Amino acid sequence: MDTILRIDMGAPGGPKASTEPVGKYAGLGGRGMTSMIVADEVDPLCHPLSAANKLVFAPGLLAGTAASTSGRLSVGCKSPLTGGIKEANAGGQAGMALGRLGYAAIIVEGQPPGDDLWKILINKEGVSFSVDNSCRGLGNYDTVAKLSKIHGEKCAYMTIGQAGEMKLLASSIACTDRELHPTRHMGRGGVGAVMGAKKIKAIVVDDTGTAPPQSKDPSAFKTAAKAWVEGLKRHAVTGQALPAFGTNVLTNVLNEAGGYPTFNFKEGQFAGASKISGEAQAQLETDRGGLATHGCQRGCTIQCSGIFHGKDGKYVTKQPEYETVWSHGGNCGIDDLDAIAQLDRMDDDFGVDTIEMGVTIGVAMEAGVVKFGDAQGAIRLLGEVGKGTPLGRVLGSGAGVTGKVFGVERVPVVKNQALPAYDPRAVQGIGVTYATSTMGADHTAGYAVATNILKVGGFVDPLKPEGQVDLSRNLQIATAAVDSTGMCLFIAFAVLDQPDTFQNLLDLLNAHYGLALTGDDVVALGKKVLSAERSFNARAGFTVQDDRLPRFFEQEPVAPHQATFTVKPEELDTVFNW
Amino acid sequence: MQVTVKLFATFRTGRFDVAQMEHPAGTTVGGIVDALGIPREEIGILMVSGRHADLNERPAPGDTVAIFPMVGGG
Repeated sequence: MDTILRIDMGAPGGPKASTEPVGKYAGLGGRGMTSMIVADEVDPLCHPLSAANKLVFAPGLLAGTAASTSGRLSVGCKSPLTGGIKEANAGGQAGMALGRLGYAAIIVEGQPPGDDLWKILINKEGVSFSVDNSCRGLGNYDTVAKLSKIHGEKCAYMTIGQAGEMKLLASSIACTDRELHPTRHMGRGGVGAVMGAKKIKAIVVDDTGTAPPQSKDPSAFKTAAKAWVEGLKRHAVTGQALPAFGTNVLTNVLNEAGGYPTFNFKEGQFAGASKISGEAQAQLETDRGGLATHGCQRGCTIQCSGIFHGKDGKYVTKQPEYETVWSHGGNCGIDDLDAIAQLDRMDDDFGVDTIEMGVTIGVAMEAGVVKFGDAQGAIRLLGEVGKGTPLGRVLGSGAGVTGKVFGVERVPVVKNQALPAYDPRAVQGIGVTYATSTMGADHTAGYAVATNILKVGGFVDPLKPEGQVDLSRNLQIATAAVDSTGMCLFIAFAVLDQPDTFQNLLDLLNAHYGLALTGDDVVALGKKVLSAERSFNARAGFTVQDDRLPRFFEQEPVAPHQATFTVKPEELDTVFNW
Repeated sequence: MQVTVKLFATFRTGRFDVAQMEHPAGTTVGGIVDALGIPREEIGILMVSGRHADLNERPAPGDTVAIFPMVGGG
């Protein structure tokens, strides 16, 4: 993990690859790596789809090792959706494969002339480029099926679908899972459009013939890796609830708490919630011969995913996540798990962010394009995106654009990125994170839901403004640090509650790299990453006025608690005071 | 008094999803939990009519009591 691979797609005579030492970026992985490089190397005022933008991939610090749940892969760039810095990350197999190949980061820059699409193959021999128009216009499923016939089933595939080729603002980059399904997406912020602008249809990562990265202290690493798994298994969330019910276990919780955004954020509870809950979903998956427990990558002990089969008992998609079941479900008034699974499949295939697409369809429903609750209408609208019709291109450009085109006032976005599945009026801490995150509205950037609703890491009353700024600040710092290790964020449930498991994480990093990191170093790392991201956004033109929720959250009370968002703007401005 | 009791995730196994229950007026949430045979240490979240509560809270007639094990996602 001591090499950075630099790919110039616009080099004279065709794309060129070179390598350089990791240098000043040593000790960074995942989001820490992508954000520091983007902040250093990308002109904040560049057009996100121009040759001046860069697409930076970075696996985690422990990617490819035996440490469980360490294989997330981050991608960073200037976001076409928000206009600010972006980091998105995904599970799947690609992160671990890049770790075994020894790359700490891949920086893709420039833009090739002409209309040809390119395929990049990365293996132990190095990097090769080929013009490959054979997958043009194909979705991610067909693209991977075609490429895996050539490169085999042991590679990891990172691809864009039609949405990325069309450079739509909601487009994602797909990563394959263990079964070669393109279901794990670096979803948010339009990262697929940046890959499309660089004319890259696919990156094939082949780690055949490589060994796991060697630890500086193998015996200490082995001990820590064992304790790490034990800690994840011991915690009720990572050891029981997530494996059994997946992330969708949250539907009933948020609905009960009145924080489940329904009918495009008009109401806080959905009458059909129990029909699409994690409990109902797990039962349906098991009844149809799918799986309620499944790991998106090799070696993960949490296994929060699953496999969703249709009524005919055949594979449809991976277990739709809570955010997806909400965005396409309750947010649109849809209570049909089969329709939601179909929408999830289409999102994965076209290569679009499920949160952005569901919220966009909700905004279109508010405009009357189709009615709330019309599942077939939602499927038809999403189909337009894949076809690239003018309506599809509008919808595929996200909730903000769609709201403008259809004259809708209630458009739930911050920095033009759609809000996830928690109403900020009934879960005020997550509202602070939505408003202030460098990423635009993003629940993962500082998951105050844990403390506001789930009582993990303490309890701060979700309906009151007191304590929310401190909560969000501390979580945003901790999250930036966890994201910089490249660990899956779900480890945080165990790490926040179990001091020995947090120590195990430090032990893993220290044993692998021969370091002596402490908890204070982790906090300092989180602040450093956030500061670099804030600096990029300021240079891109963002001000404190961009760190705000849409006005309707302050003005329209949401049932059942008749709550409004009451954290004051001047308090939001103190989130990054440290 | 009558209260609506909702159970979630693993707490449903061998019990129920939702039920109307009769308890003497003044019964605490803890009393309802004990009557269901749910070990108190396994409880993650308690809500009374959509607001977080603790074991000592006394629901009013007609309230909904929601009992969750420790859960997470996101």
